[in-house]
Amino acid sequence: MIPATNLLILGAILFSIGVIGVLIRRNAIVIFMSIELMLNSVNLTFIVLARQLHSLDGQIFVFFIMTVAAAEVAVGLALIISAYRLRATINVDEINLLNG
Amino acid sequence: MLEWIWLVPLFPLIGVIINGLFGRYLGHKIVGILGSTMIGLSFITVSIIFVDLLKLPPEHRFFTKTLYDWIVAGNFTAQISFLVDPLSVVMMLVVTGVSFVIHIYSIGYMHGDKGYSRFFTYLNLFVFAMLLLITADNFLMMFVGWEGVGLCSYLLIGFWYGDNYNAYAGRKAFVVNRIGDFGFLLGIFFIVVTFHSVNFQEVFGAAAAKYTIGAPIITVITSLLFVGAMGKSAQIPLYVWLPDAMAGPTPVSALIHAATMVTAGVYMVARANVLYTLSPISMALIAVIGVATAFFAATMGMTQFDIKRMLAYSTISQLGYMFVGVGVGAFAAGIFHLMTHAFFKALLFMGAGSIMHAMSNSTDMRMMGGLKKKMPITYWTFLMATLAISGIPGFSGFFSKDEILWQSLAGAYGNFWIWLVGVITAGLTAFYMFRAVYMTFHGELRAKKEIAEHVHEAPSTMTVPLLILGVLAVIGGYIGIPKILGGSNPFEHFLDPVFEKSLEIRHAAGLVPHISGESARVLELPLMGLTFVIVLVGIGFAYLMYLKRPELPGIWTKKINYVYQLVFNKYYVDEIYETLIVNPMAAISESFLWKFVDVKIIDGFINGTGNVVRGTGRVVRKWQTGFVQNYALSFVIGVVILVFYIVFM
Repeated sequence: MIPATNLLILGAILFSIGVIGVLIRRNAIVIFMSIELMLNSVNLTFIVLARQLHSLDGQIFVFFIMTVAAAEVAVGLALIISAYRLRATINVDEINLLNG
Repeated sequence: MLEWIWLVPLFPLIGVIINGLFGRYLGHKIVGILGSTMIGLSFITVSIIFVDLLKLPPEHRFFTKTLYDWIVAGNFTAQISFLVDPLSVVMMLVVTGVSFVIHIYSIGYMHGDKGYSRFFTYLNLFVFAMLLLITADNFLMMFVGWEGVGLCSYLLIGFWYGDNYNAYAGRKAFVVNRIGDFGFLLGIFFIVVTFHSVNFQEVFGAAAAKYTIGAPIITVITSLLFVGAMGKSAQIPLYVWLPDAMAGPTPVSALIHAATMVTAGVYMVARANVLYTLSPISMALIAVIGVATAFFAATMGMTQFDIKRMLAYSTISQLGYMFVGVGVGAFAAGIFHLMTHAFFKALLFMGAGSIMHAMSNSTDMRMMGGLKKKMPITYWTFLMATLAISGIPGFSGFFSKDEILWQSLAGAYGNFWIWLVGVITAGLTAFYMFRAVYMTFHGELRAKKEIAEHVHEAPSTMTVPLLILGVLAVIGGYIGIPKILGGSNPFEHFLDPVFEKSLEIRHAAGLVPHISGESARVLELPLMGLTFVIVLVGIGFAYLMYLKRPELPGIWTKKINYVYQLVFNKYYVDEIYETLIVNPMAAISESFLWKFVDVKIIDGFINGTGNVVRGTGRVVRKWQTGFVQNYALSFVIGVVILVFYIVFM
């Protein structure tokens, strides 16, 4: 049995990798994947704590998150494809029309 | 049937809605018939209510019908509620009756006008507002009607707004009326502050119970209310709008600016008789202003050549008489004259309209003459009305005017000078009215040939109303034959319950008629005769100057040229107002209010606000880079700070 602490630390590391990915990568699809990584790290944290606390709530949350994430991926990819068709690029540095 | 009082204003409102929304698709015939029918239905309803009221014993002739609470604020309430008592029924009968006749007349008069449905919409709206004013049982609802009729007056004076002068006349009427209405509104405010109510019964009851004659607050209230009446009923100094109001179509002049709306002030004073009785100062003010208006307007009417303007000054003068009546405490006599005046003055205006119809819209009496043969119906009805307004015995105006004159001398508030000026004015009235008759109907036609050939009697939709009002102008006075002439004055007795409380106050204060009993019996008939003689002198002068020897006016006016010029130019009142009030006001408005207050302060403030917002935006918007990752970074920094705060603080 792996101690919960280790798993939580793993979750935190995965989440940080996701955050850094979102912040420094320029390719919209990679950013998107980083977001998925963050979501899954949260899922991991939920499961670990659910096991630790003997509560099913966390597990239920995970199911919901997975469902919502699936829907979100569909919408997100569609948006990226549309953006690509419009601008012929998915580099987020070049998509900054809404500036002041 | 008294319960159905709300139907009376409802019918004209239905007419407004149908004609206003769909009138342009309906065709002229339907619009005219619909508008008239609605007023006719109102008239029938009022007649039934009147008969029902007569069946009740006099002391029970009082009924209110509350529809709903209109304004409720704390312990103050104002209701939409209608009042049926002898006074409101008399007014309703006069208004709906005369309106109905004039609506029918309008069908002919407005024939072919492109604003036909608009005209009938406004006319119905006017009747609706007027009925609200009359049937209101509180000051606030009365004020709604008061403003409503003012609005309709404005709309109808400027009915042919394509002509700049008409639009100007409408504006003038509106602005002058606003000045009066401001006083009226202040009066209502004072009433609310003093009595915490606007309901007539509550206010009058409280006033009679709490205050004695001469209480200052009552004088303030009544004077302010009278300022409103000055505006609406065209009394000195706010009468200047009425002559210009003749720019509107003639049925409008007949209905609004002669028979109904302009009498609203008289009605208001009669309605608030308890308050006015408590304030002898206001009563004296009303009587003095009334008699001064009667006299000066009559002199101005004597020199006018425009038939409608002449009639307008005559209206102002007659309204002055009505105010003399209510001002000397003879409320019933004032209302009586209001009623007879509605008949004969509406008739005179409709006659003038008929003449204009025949004369290709010319109103200059110098261009008329000899119309008697070509327009017999118009001539005879016009003559009946002239005899009535001049106060020839047997015609309606005689009974009402003499009653006022007698009361102005003999009544509790009577005064010799008021009576004297009133009697002289009666002579002037006869003079200018017969002058008009002689100039238009007798002698030779002085119009251009192409107009002269076109002269014809009006169509039957116009002559039948003339005949109806002609009959009323003759016999309308017989409901109020005074005791001295063997009558019992049923009109006055019918109105008695309304003015009962005032009489009680007067008796309690020991105010009794100056002349009564035996001396009254001796005096009344000779004074009546004296007035009649002066009237005959007036007619005689008119006959001499405008029929027998037409060169006389020219010679005589030269002899008294200064006086003539003064009167002919209407005492330069318009010019005085122009220089003293209108022009300074316009100058202040332009140089100070517009170019300083509006441009510098108001615009500066508005633009300043905009500039501050824009300037702030220019700086702050730099945060919005358009790079999503920048936002995400600030998001993360925020989260880190929050986590630090929660964990370590």
